[in-house]
Amino acid sequence: MGSSSSRLDRVPGAKDLMEETGFSETNILCLYDRFEVLDREERGYLRLEDFEAIQQLAVNPIGDRIIGAFVFPGRETLDFPSFVRVLAHFRPTDTTWSRSGSQPEPANSRTRKLRFAFSLYDQDGDGKISRAELTEMLQAMLGMQVTDEQLQSIVGRAIQEADLDRDGAISFDEFKKMAASGQTGLKSVSSIMYRTKQQQQQQQYICGEGGTEQVHLKHSCQTLMFIFC
Amino acid sequence: MELFFNPFDNLLCILLGISFTVWFTLLLVFIIVPAIFGVSFGIRRLYMKTLLKVFEWATLRIERGAKEKNHHFSCICLFIGSNKDLDSAPEFEMSDIFYFARRGVESIMDDEVTKRFSAEELESWNLLTRSNYNFHYISLRLTVLWGLGLLIRYGFLLPLRVTLAFTGVGLLVFLTSVIGLLPNGRMKNFLSEKVHLMCYRICVRALTAIITYHDSENKPKNGGLCVANHTSPIDVIILASDGCYAMVGQIHGGLMGVIQKSMVKACPHIWFERSEVKDRHLVAKRLSDHVEDKSKLPILIFPEGTCINNTSVMMFKKGSFEIGATVYPVAIKYDPRFGDAFWNSSKFGMVNYLLRMMSSWAIVCSVWYLPPMSREEGEDAVQFANRVKAAIARQGGLVDLLWDGGLKRAKVKDTFKEEQQKLYSKMLVGTQEDRSRS
Repeated sequence: MGSSSSRLDRVPGAKDLMEETGFSETNILCLYDRFEVLDREERGYLRLEDFEAIQQLAVNPIGDRIIGAFVFPGRETLDFPSFVRVLAHFRPTDTTWSRSGSQPEPANSRTRKLRFAFSLYDQDGDGKISRAELTEMLQAMLGMQVTDEQLQSIVGRAIQEADLDRDGAISFDEFKKMAASGQTGLKSVSSIMYRTKQQQQQQQYICGEGGTEQVHLKHSCQTLMFIFC
Repeated sequence: MELFFNPFDNLLCILLGISFTVWFTLLLVFIIVPAIFGVSFGIRRLYMKTLLKVFEWATLRIERGAKEKNHHFSCICLFIGSNKDLDSAPEFEMSDIFYFARRGVESIMDDEVTKRFSAEELESWNLLTRSNYNFHYISLRLTVLWGLGLLIRYGFLLPLRVTLAFTGVGLLVFLTSVIGLLPNGRMKNFLSEKVHLMCYRICVRALTAIITYHDSENKPKNGGLCVANHTSPIDVIILASDGCYAMVGQIHGGLMGVIQKSMVKACPHIWFERSEVKDRHLVAKRLSDHVEDKSKLPILIFPEGTCINNTSVMMFKKGSFEIGATVYPVAIKYDPRFGDAFWNSSKFGMVNYLLRMMSSWAIVCSVWYLPPMSREEGEDAVQFANRVKAAIARQGGLVDLLWDGGLKRAKVKDTFKEEQQKLYSKMLVGTQEDRSRS
């Protein structure tokens, strides 16, 4: 029956991580517990297989891309500090930070979050979302459910709207502008999927708790919530 | 000198002899005899009530000593632009990916399946070191209580329970072998029933299991299939001490194998060789043959296929629902305050697990016998299985999940991903079709 500070000692480099990422002590402990759960074979690091074993992630249409943001060629094993650093992108945006200040840009700034989303599209990392990459992304999200023609028309329309300098690809700045002006954006996607879910009796689990704007994680992790905006 | 020690020795021997006799007499009178006849003195319930009072007191002290719990709830706020009318047809936007990305990262943080394979967290400490993860040192009195509890559990309860367990298992093996020598007939069935019940009741007392059975009028009948949610191997003992079942399983080696072989002498259980387990048709055939013979006992089966931590019910394997028998669902819910019954097979071996069970306070659980269900017209095995699962989850207060608990490393079916894609495409393309039609 030790005190909580000795629990923090279990976590290597906890204090530095807290400073670097802005997570609180409880957050770090919670993340460490989760890391240990995912690291089934107690190797001390995570690999691709450990992420692929999460069933809910495997059924996500862009699940493999998200995994790729954590584990990618060049970094095939993920130790705890790297795990925390990637997740630091999803902390609530700190509205007090300003670009002109002296502090370095934190991981959870709005720009960094948008960069993360951009990287999900831009698989080859050339800084632009080409037509082919956009098509691939839509293919992943829609699967076999649309015809090629419908797919091409959606892609065409999207590029037309987003590509302001008419170079046939979407750069990060154009992406930022699109995301900022996204009228329906997240809320309608999730609420429409929620309503459609309600019409289907069986699939209770697909949209999770459906469009609700508060997600309750394991109760010892109650302090940890994310914003992605 | 020798003369000096002898009377002392004698005295010691006499004292030991007396205490053993007293001990065994008490054991016999208060535990074994009631087990044989299926009656109860109510000692275990008294024990449970006392423990509850102790836990209440301990909880008060912990709450008094604990610091303020910090509840930081920052909402996940979705990226909301202007309040556009939601009923107008949505177009694809670059930001649509945020929804899936968010869901993906959330499932990395916490998913429904992985957490079902670790012991349930308690809201308040129950004075066992093994369930102490969030509770810090509070007071001297609590520590003393914990120490006292340690003494009672390991010094008194554990030896008692181990003795009882050996007695129960030993009697089971011996008596079923004896009964096996009798010719098949009503006498054999009658005796076998009595013997099984008696031995399981002794085992129940060996775990200090305090079980409450609800709706016993729905108990499984011959020719039926009894289906329950699976938390630990103890589930078998809990159900079998209230009724006779035919067990299904793989033949193990060692002690388990000995028990299995002797049990099958007294009444027909369904044991499979390791090689036969893979052959689904063989399994189904043997099950349906057994079910058709109305003189045979109802089959007890756990369709989840693996132990879950008793907070949820996971996907039922459809195999047992295909054979067309009447299904008698049973919901088992353990009370985790007295001892966590979940068997985490990757963390603990069987012996370790049983020792942990026998050194907790008690195993307290509720068993609900649900009304029998049959497959309806136009329902396939999977839908029937889900219907039964939903009934069990509802009664037991468990979360009804569609994920497969058995898929620890294997790939999830693509149908689940397709469902998500269907919903999203319906949103985008479905509405475009409407527009093109108009």
